[in-house]
Amino acid sequence: MPLLEVEEVSKAFRGLRAVAGASFSVEGQSITALIGPNGAGKTTLFNLVAGVYRPDRGDIRLRGRSIAGLPAHRVCAAGVGRTFQLVKPFAGLSVLDNAIVGALNGERTVSGARARAVAVLERLGLSGKAEVAASHLTLADRRRLEVARALATRPSLLLLDEMMAGLRPTEIDELVGVLRNVQREEGVTILLTEHVMRAVMALADQIVVLHHGEVIARGEPAAIVRNPAVLDCYLGEDATAGEPGA
Amino acid sequence: MTSDRPAGAGDRRRLALITVVTVALVTLPLVGSSYLVSVATLALYLAYVGQAWNVMMGFAGQLSLGHSLYVGLGAYVAAGIFVHFGVGPWAGLWLAVAICSAVGAFIGLLAFRLRISGVQLSLLTVAFAELARIGFDHLDWFGGPGGLFLRVGDRNHIDLLGFRGPPAMYYYAMLALAAGALGVCALLLRRRPGYYWRAIREDEVAAQALGIDTFRWKMLAVVLSSAMTAIAGVFFAFYNNSLFPEQIFGFGRSIEIILGPVIGGLGTLFGPIVGAVALVLLGDGTTEILAKAGVDLPGARQVVHGLVLLLVTIYLPNGLWPPLARALGFQPRRL
Repeated sequence: MPLLEVEEVSKAFRGLRAVAGASFSVEGQSITALIGPNGAGKTTLFNLVAGVYRPDRGDIRLRGRSIAGLPAHRVCAAGVGRTFQLVKPFAGLSVLDNAIVGALNGERTVSGARARAVAVLERLGLSGKAEVAASHLTLADRRRLEVARALATRPSLLLLDEMMAGLRPTEIDELVGVLRNVQREEGVTILLTEHVMRAVMALADQIVVLHHGEVIARGEPAAIVRNPAVLDCYLGEDATAGEPGA
Repeated sequence: MTSDRPAGAGDRRRLALITVVTVALVTLPLVGSSYLVSVATLALYLAYVGQAWNVMMGFAGQLSLGHSLYVGLGAYVAAGIFVHFGVGPWAGLWLAVAICSAVGAFIGLLAFRLRISGVQLSLLTVAFAELARIGFDHLDWFGGPGGLFLRVGDRNHIDLLGFRGPPAMYYYAMLALAAGALGVCALLLRRRPGYYWRAIREDEVAAQALGIDTFRWKMLAVVLSSAMTAIAGVFFAFYNNSLFPEQIFGFGRSIEIILGPVIGGLGTLFGPIVGAVALVLLGDGTTEILAKAGVDLPGARQVVHGLVLLLVTIYLPNGLWPPLARALGFQPRRL
């Protein structure tokens, strides 16, 4: 059974169809990238999985159990961790305390959560900044903190929303390495939305292409970049050039 | 971390400071004048209600500008059943706490279910306090605008059950309450509620995404804060012996409650205490000096409070406590 199943999911806002009958599944222990032009419905679909919105139609299942329409905190408790593109650190708290808040989701005691938080910060390369206030971090480190906090909740599925946006190429490469490592070492499954194709190609085992709220293609990265429909609507000529998509 | 570091000069100094403060607080009624005892009682009272308010705003980030509601309700409930039925303050305390918790829960339910927050939430709390102020003017059972008066007991005889006695008894009661509130808050901050409240204060959407049922934890903060404030109300009734709706539910009273924590340091453990002491020292100090100089300036205390607030807001936006803590050699823990 796939870890995540999105089945015929639709969502409209005041008559505007953002997601229209989208279906795909994510296998455990893999990295899936959700791509598509601006306005394709990626963020909406992402938020449907994360419990921000309730789908109008269709179902979303995690390990066979429906999580569609659950409030965000119950989706997290069910095993889905997420990051925000517009990072939302607990600015007044230290980096360590940020991670502890996440870790408390799966730990009964604060000392247990602290141990988990320390391990997760180590994994994300933030150990040296544990006592720093989150408000003092660079954007790249804030993105890492987003991952650390979500990972601390011990998710089986990690949703990463536009992690690379606004980062310098060297920061992107570093973060790609960190995320690969996180997936392997933590045994977590990752679903990400991303505009930076270089990161998508380096990370994804599977790519799902969204256009006008519909899934127009899905498959391995090598196949996707040669798919005529995808080239036509999204990738264009410079698909693998490393720059953000059209 | 500092816990496994061998005790150095800094630790000894801190220990000495804590000892001196504790001894000074405990022996104050034995050596101080009755005026000093009454001023110290006021400072402890403000420290306590400030601590209670700080749970809701400083920890959980939910701004109440109507906390006089819980002081007034707690006071009137305990005083009402005492005056009419002769029920003592210890029983009244439970009823006051129960009723204030219920009212706090109701306001919280209303606000958080309707997703009211920020300025709207604070206006809602003001509205409820005003509603109580006007409402109690029309409740004859509570004496209406003419006030509710408690029979004053023998001031030289300590009656713990009836909560009647000399000023020193009230001082020690308030000291115990302030210390207890400090202990409870210190404990809560270190545990799950403290982490969850501060997460909600910083970013509620992010908190939800990390598995926190924000509604439930905000409700806990409101109910705990109102219950703690209710106890201050019961104390106020039996200390002051007279209650007037205008006086106890007034908007100025709510502001008085929040001044201490704001000046001392929002969301810190010692901020409400430091702020309350600073306000009382400066406010009453000024009126004393003016009185000694033969100048009668009504409202001088409020002017001083306003000035202090102004200066702290401009020069010490995090309050008096964080810089003071560093100066005294305490770890300035981020809260």
